[in-house]
Amino acid sequence: MSIISFKQVHFTYPGDELESLCGVDLEIDEGSFVAVLGHNGSGKSTLAKHMNAILTPDSGSVVVDGIDSREEDKVFEIRRRVGMVFQNPDNQLVANVVEDDVAFAPENLGVPSAEIRERVDEALKQVGMYEYRTHAPHLLSGGQKQRVAIAGVIAMRPKIIVLDEPTAMLDPQGRHEVISTVTRLCREGGMTVVLITHHMEECIGADKLVVMSNGYIKAAGKPSEIFSDVEMMAREGLAVPETTKLLYELRHCGYDLPLGELDEKNCAAAIAAAKKQ
Amino acid sequence: MAEIKVEGLRHVYSAGTPFEKVAIEDVSLTIPQGQLVGVIGHTGSGKSTFIQHLNALLQPTSGKVLVGGRDINENKFTRRDVKWEVGIVFQYPEYQLFEETVYRDIAFGPRNMKLPEDEIDRRVREAARFAQVGEELFERSPLELSGGQKRRIAIAGVIALRPGVLILDEPTAGLDPAGCRQILDNICSYHKESGSTVIIVSHNMDDTARIAERIIAFDHGRVAMDGTPEQVFSEPEKLIAMGLDVPKATALAMALKGAGVPLDGSIYTHGQLLRAVLRAKEAATC
Repeated sequence: MSIISFKQVHFTYPGDELESLCGVDLEIDEGSFVAVLGHNGSGKSTLAKHMNAILTPDSGSVVVDGIDSREEDKVFEIRRRVGMVFQNPDNQLVANVVEDDVAFAPENLGVPSAEIRERVDEALKQVGMYEYRTHAPHLLSGGQKQRVAIAGVIAMRPKIIVLDEPTAMLDPQGRHEVISTVTRLCREGGMTVVLITHHMEECIGADKLVVMSNGYIKAAGKPSEIFSDVEMMAREGLAVPETTKLLYELRHCGYDLPLGELDEKNCAAAIAAAKKQ
Repeated sequence: MAEIKVEGLRHVYSAGTPFEKVAIEDVSLTIPQGQLVGVIGHTGSGKSTFIQHLNALLQPTSGKVLVGGRDINENKFTRRDVKWEVGIVFQYPEYQLFEETVYRDIAFGPRNMKLPEDEIDRRVREAARFAQVGEELFERSPLELSGGQKRRIAIAGVIALRPGVLILDEPTAGLDPAGCRQILDNICSYHKESGSTVIIVSHNMDDTARIAERIIAFDHGRVAMDGTPEQVFSEPEKLIAMGLDVPKATALAMALKGAGVPLDGSIYTHGQLLRAVLRAKEAATC
């Protein structure tokens, strides 16, 4: 069942000559983890902003959980269902105490205060920041801040969480924290996760990988299938995982190997067993 | 000549308060003129504190920093002069752009050095060329340009000082892969053409492995490793124990060894990995 559906979406920013989305068709299944990969200017952020009606299509349609984003009186309903997390954690935190920050959205939704308490605690536990609930956000690390921003979103109890390059400003430790947190929200919490990124390593665990280029969807499918098309990825100027790259070159040297082994351990085992044809 | 010599450096933040924290402990090293050095270490390891000592933004709690044989903390004049000699490009330097035009932003440093106008112009054009900032952008506002362009303008602003030592803290953070590659290529060609010392602080092990001649790893305020990429990446377990990543090729080589593929030598680039695997497989079939 798809929870977000793009049909022939065209979009041009006011004043621009070129289209930023050129007829995009995309189905996002409920409860799935979808990664969108592409260069700056490929249209991936524009795509994300269509998912909670920050932008609406010039033509075509975006339907979120049964609601067409062009129905202006339903915008609020869409925003309750789709939470967004952006690149810079410092621009997203508003309060002086972590738990106040997480309570901000449910307070604005008019949730009763006993339930707010419950939602805040639950959200902070889900991102592993419960012990920090009385801390000041500005003293946290980048990865911790970003997890608080995620908690602020999930306290609204959205069905879908869209993250637009949430790791771009983080160190490797922070990146790992954020990716494992959103993966858990999807796998254990059943939330639909859309991750916009330019780090291909972060896409490996996704159910579906979408490659964007110049406003078009170049490819969409399982990460192992998409990365296996090494020539297409190279044409797009995108990197493929070290595992795929090595398997691809060994195949060219005559070894019988599958390209789809993204996991290092499985890849290593396949190479250890490989024979020359 | 801008040889850097650090002797017995120690730095304590908020000394004498309950928040006292030793950030740098017992660091001694020499960086000869013209080296391209990668500084690695996880967040909080002391690497940023270290680089801020190299142009006297921070003063040592004890120990000395010498640039070109001169103690940079000798008096307030040496502390000022070293800022022309050692230029630092901080993280997200594009947030520090403020002038009305790109040209004036790059010219800000040389103008503060009170250089004559024709010399300022020469330096602005030279720095813009190194950082690949096209002259057609000179009259534009820096604030309306893309993230990658802004960052190159900020780097040009420091290069325009013609520092003997150029230090860059996470120069590629937040850029997309194409932007990263372009900045690193600019830095490498600047290093080659100018003969300056270049020090890059980075979390990205693949980039560091690819471009640095020497790698210094900080851990808990001390130098934990110091050597060529070949030496440093021959002990990946040690880097992982420090909470650092290893290059992707190194990580896969470790998995292959675990699976019983005998790989020899230090592996930190994709080419090395491919050659080592082919050697091992050929040897197995003979």
